[in-house]
Amino acid sequence: MDVGKVTRRRFLVRAALPTIAAGVGIGSPRLCALAQAAASVSVLPASGPGPIPVTLNVNGRAHELRIEPRVTLLDALRERLALTGTKKGCDQGTCGACTVLVDGRRVNACLTLAVMVQRKAITTIEGLADGDQLHPVQAAFLAHDGFQCGYCTPGQILSAVALLAEKRATDEASVREWMSGNICRCGAYPNIVAAVRSVAGQPS
Amino acid sequence: MNAFRYAQARDAASAMAALAADPRACYIAGGTNVVDLMKEGVERPSLLVDITQLPLRGIDRTATGVRVGALALMSDVADHPAIARDYPVVAQALLASASPQLRNMATIGGNLMQRTRCAYFRDVSQHCNKRAPGTGCAAISGVNRRHAVVGGSEQCICTHASDLAVALLSVDAIVHVRGRAGERTIPLERFHVLPGSTPQRETVLERGDLITAVELPASAAARNSYYLKVRDRASYEFALVSVAAALNVAGGRIRAARVALGGVAPTPWRAHAAEAALLGRPATGGTFAAAAEAATRGMKGYGQNDFKVVLVRRAVNRALQHVGAIA
Repeated sequence: MDVGKVTRRRFLVRAALPTIAAGVGIGSPRLCALAQAAASVSVLPASGPGPIPVTLNVNGRAHELRIEPRVTLLDALRERLALTGTKKGCDQGTCGACTVLVDGRRVNACLTLAVMVQRKAITTIEGLADGDQLHPVQAAFLAHDGFQCGYCTPGQILSAVALLAEKRATDEASVREWMSGNICRCGAYPNIVAAVRSVAGQPS
Repeated sequence: MNAFRYAQARDAASAMAALAADPRACYIAGGTNVVDLMKEGVERPSLLVDITQLPLRGIDRTATGVRVGALALMSDVADHPAIARDYPVVAQALLASASPQLRNMATIGGNLMQRTRCAYFRDVSQHCNKRAPGTGCAAISGVNRRHAVVGGSEQCICTHASDLAVALLSVDAIVHVRGRAGERTIPLERFHVLPGSTPQRETVLERGDLITAVELPASAAARNSYYLKVRDRASYEFALVSVAAALNVAGGRIRAARVALGGVAPTPWRAHAAEAALLGRPATGGTFAAAAEAATRGMKGYGQNDFKVVLVRRAVNRALQHVGAIA
């Protein structure tokens, strides 16, 4: 991406940030201290429900946030870190648009609480390219036209990166099965499968 | 999602004490079920106790089988060579569950504790005796294509969504639980309870109990086992009907048999009548067909799910033919 220019997306993201920041952090702190636990057991220190310090390591960079325990990794990425490449589709673990890597393994960011993935390495679509050099899976999706509207594409690509690392993409059927956690409403599946297989070195 | 407090447990005792101290506190591990239900407003915990740092992740061979830690991930258990070799039904059920992403998050203990996928349960504007006791069951006269054909009550006809639990039932798995009185073991068959007049109660666990492990006893039948899942699409979907079958055949006769069903009851369902129709009989197509018929005994649909009774018969027959090696 051209760093000097303000792209349309960057402008929109920058313009939206103050509004978003003002919108979070609601939820009044409640007095619900833990009742006295058994004398022999130390009481577990709890934090929240208001904003608490959370450190997220995203694409090799540590970000210190103050967010409520109920903020998902997906919302933290999109609304606090302005990393909007990770998409919110169903927001309930049934579509895969929010797929990111946590310590190298693909997970659904919409069902992950940000507070629970501190000290873990999080990789999003923004962390795949090396400068202007696309990740091979990104390049393959372009070459094979592995999308139509593009909304599911970041999740598809992250899932494919993990699948290739898992070495399970042995044939068309295995690619389809192991990519089944990523739904494409446009139905670009044949080209997605071709893109994944091309990176795995298989003919399509 | 409601606002809640969060605590990360360093040891089991403090986690259990936190739950005992706050009646609205709840454990969280993989989070795939509880976070989803919190977004729907079905679960509204005041405190989430994160148990993921407890040392319950191991998958270990023992003198009598394999012990799977409660926090072992579904994907790690499915990939473990001892599971794939000695309990193929378990590996197959895991790989047929959810998606690769969700299997990287969800734990074995959490899988056993997951709530039903009944749409009325998940929608807080609907009547549901499990979520809001006394409000009625909207499914009995409503959209019930995915609901139970056995084991339900006038209060609840939901189905249990786990594939893993069905497979574990077919290998006589034992759940290890830590409670106020110390460690105890519960055979999986007695772990889940039918709704009866208290559909809000789903397991025999008491408040604050912590699942620590699931023990899989080794057996010849477990080594010769198979999971068949029938669903509306090829992958990433819950079962309409599933069958876990485990057979030990020696000299042409069936020496041990386990048949468990998913998608048909509010709990993982052990088909005792089918097992009785197999035990001691020759491993033939006729025996399997009779056992499949027996598996449907007492089953009854609620209209839209009548097809499940026929599907059970056919799926049990097919699973037995596969595991009996006559397919």
